[in-house]
Amino acid sequence: MEKQITPQRHQGHEGAPRKEQEKDKEAFLGASLVPSSLGGGIPDNGLLRFITCGSVDDGKSTLIGRLLYDSKAILADAMDALAKSSRKRGLEEVDLSLLTDGLSAEREQGITIDVAYRYFSTGTRKYILADAPGHEQYTRNMVTGASTADLAIVLIDARKGVLPQTRRHTTLAHLMGLRHIVVAVNKMDLVDYDQAVFSTIQAQVGAFASKLGIPQLHFIPLSALKGDMVVDRGERLDWYQGPTLMELLESIELDSSEQDQPFRFPVQLVCRPRTEELIDYRGYQGRVESGRIKPGDAITVQPSGARSRVRRIELYGKELPEAVAGQSVTLLLEDEVDISRGDLIASAEHAPVPTRSLTATLAWLGEKPLSSTGRLVLRHGTREVRTKVGEIESRLDLEALEPVPVEDVAMNDIVTVTLKLQGPIAPDAHTVLRSGGSFILIDEATHNTVAAGLVLEPEYL
Amino acid sequence: MTHRVLSHLERLEGEAIHILREVAGQCTNPALLFSGGKDSVVLLRLAEKAFRPGRFPFPLVHIDTGHNYAEVIDFRDRRAAELGEKLIVRTLDESIAKGRIVLRSATESRNRHQSVTLLDTVEEFEFDALIGGARRDEEKARAKERVFSFRDEFGQWDPKNQRPELWNLYNARIHKGEHMRAFPISNWTELDVWQYIAEEGLELPEIYFAHEREVVELPGGALLPVTDLTPIPAGKSSVRRSVRFRTVGDISCTAPVLSEARTVEDIIKETATTEITERGATRLDDQTSEASMEQRKKEGYF
Ligand SMILES: Nc1nc2c(ncn2[C@@H]2O[C@H](COP(=O)(O)OP(=O)(O)O)[C@@H](O)[C@H]2O)c(=O)[nH]1
Ligand SMILES: [Mg+2]
Repeated sequence: MEKQITPQRHQGHEGAPRKEQEKDKEAFLGASLVPSSLGGGIPDNGLLRFITCGSVDDGKSTLIGRLLYDSKAILADAMDALAKSSRKRGLEEVDLSLLTDGLSAEREQGITIDVAYRYFSTGTRKYILADAPGHEQYTRNMVTGASTADLAIVLIDARKGVLPQTRRHTTLAHLMGLRHIVVAVNKMDLVDYDQAVFSTIQAQVGAFASKLGIPQLHFIPLSALKGDMVVDRGERLDWYQGPTLMELLESIELDSSEQDQPFRFPVQLVCRPRTEELIDYRGYQGRVESGRIKPGDAITVQPSGARSRVRRIELYGKELPEAVAGQSVTLLLEDEVDISRGDLIASAEHAPVPTRSLTATLAWLGEKPLSSTGRLVLRHGTREVRTKVGEIESRLDLEALEPVPVEDVAMNDIVTVTLKLQGPIAPDAHTVLRSGGSFILIDEATHNTVAAGLVLEPEYL
Repeated sequence: MTHRVLSHLERLEGEAIHILREVAGQCTNPALLFSGGKDSVVLLRLAEKAFRPGRFPFPLVHIDTGHNYAEVIDFRDRRAAELGEKLIVRTLDESIAKGRIVLRSATESRNRHQSVTLLDTVEEFEFDALIGGARRDEEKARAKERVFSFRDEFGQWDPKNQRPELWNLYNARIHKGEHMRAFPISNWTELDVWQYIAEEGLELPEIYFAHEREVVELPGGALLPVTDLTPIPAGKSSVRRSVRFRTVGDISCTAPVLSEARTVEDIIKETATTEITERGATRLDDQTSEASMEQRKKEGYF
């Protein structure tokens, strides 16, 4: 049976599936609100952020529409609006890509220019998804969306196989520290749901992924348009035994291993109320970027190297027994240490070492090449220092996936460079710590963010 | 080691507090937009969590259209006083008196005109950042906006040319005369906001909860509240219904929805199972064109 998307079918949502979902949702809400009375035993299974990427027209926006539609996350009036604008464009079926292409320029041109964020929940897990543009020209917007995601879905058109943008986006998703990459071989309906096509693409992608050092990939054949293997299995891909895309998203382990990593806490602000009762109060405010901390733990402040212990952890007057990655808190220390915004509080045992030179990978996002930008500022955590590019060692050739020699750095290049810093920062290698190993470069003349940077190896002073 | 899986609200809270502190750390003269609405009530609690026991490193600002429900204005003033923080109010009436805004009719919606007063206020106080409670799930142009969103010297947003925004390394640098908008609850949904209100026990203006109100049922299902500004249209008649507001804004363009939800818990249940988006149900102004929010944002709107 052909699954056509029409507004009528949407009204069918009032049937059983919708009711089921409402029940789940209520139970979910109850669970996080009043655990004992409404709980129903359904846990709050956390928040997963993911991005859809791949080349233009591979079906990213359609897939998102399909995911939202089949998980009943499109509300009736939004669906009506969608049907109306699809009709206005002379389309017979509802064009699900119009859900995320929200700018007038995007609708006029039928393309995605910037990332759109959408939100949905399945009853157990909450999702933030980012629909990325496929055009090379808008790569910086894709990188923006990828930088905060936990998982990337790289779409491939089954008829076309791996395209240059497939390689670019997979590389960037990997570089930006996404721990899960799902390769969705889309438009299987246009290749008669042929397993051989899927296997060929799987082998192709597997080969370049291992060159890039990507440890693990998930592969799913699907049709975003017809709905096979997205939320429902459908009947035409019976040779595929793995999970549907939705099942995979629901079961991916949310990475709480970031709590096992070394403690890092870039200081955003120092709180000194200087009122009569709080005359000696000094709270260091920031977010735990990795690891965990509890009162009594030994810390080192970088770049000064000063040491102390945590006396108290606070949030809004309340004392916390512990803080873990992702939480924003205030730390009070046992000793009076000179700490200000830009400093990094780290675990004493595994403190990063200050350095004034780095080898790093840059994803160059600026429109102008490196040779014609203004002076550069590097921002790592909350610390900003002037920087100069020493040597441009190589550019990653996205065809061969090998480093090649290069003179200058242009938009969308992925290069390895050495950087000299005016003052010290205390970075981690990005392969070890996503947050401690990343930085941005800002052009002082335009104030634009021109590069995403990944620390390869800090050269310790 | 045992892991503590943060709930989705804890994650969102951690992110929002971090954003508020970045505004304070990077900008020299920010302000927080506070209307008395539910999103800005949440922002205030997040600001308390970000900055207490210190004071807020910014004043609160409200752009008053003069067409607000009295309960909301009373609530706004009381809340600011309870917090002991400074509240700056600038009114559209002043802008009209100065000729900065010209209305074509006395009862015309003032919603769109707020941009003028807002940008004049930015200039008056030389604010370099405005913190707002906009959420990406509200509307499709907002869904595209950065957390730190750049405005040129004319207060305009250029959606086709936004700055890259990487990890949580926000870049709030600007030249003089330009400013930033910062949206700490960008990633929150309407439901997240209500769940947070419940968890934190936050107080809201009464009109968010179900109450009897005189309304006119418009074709298409929207409810027009009967007020001095929005009298019963000729040939129509009014009815009394149990309603609540999902958003609170200018009277002329905010409509209530039918509801019996008298508590936050009731509202959470309704929100989880609604068939209608927040703006679809309640904004009488966004439906005119697919791009009307984008257009207003380009002009400097919140
Ligand atoms: N036959 C078929 N067409 C698809 C499928 N997925 C997407 N398309 C079509 O491919 C075109 C591009 O899709 P879109 O979602 O805009 O691609 P994007 O550029 O990656 O966002 C549209 O005409 C879609 O209807 C699919 O699974 N099967
Ligand atoms: Mg698209």
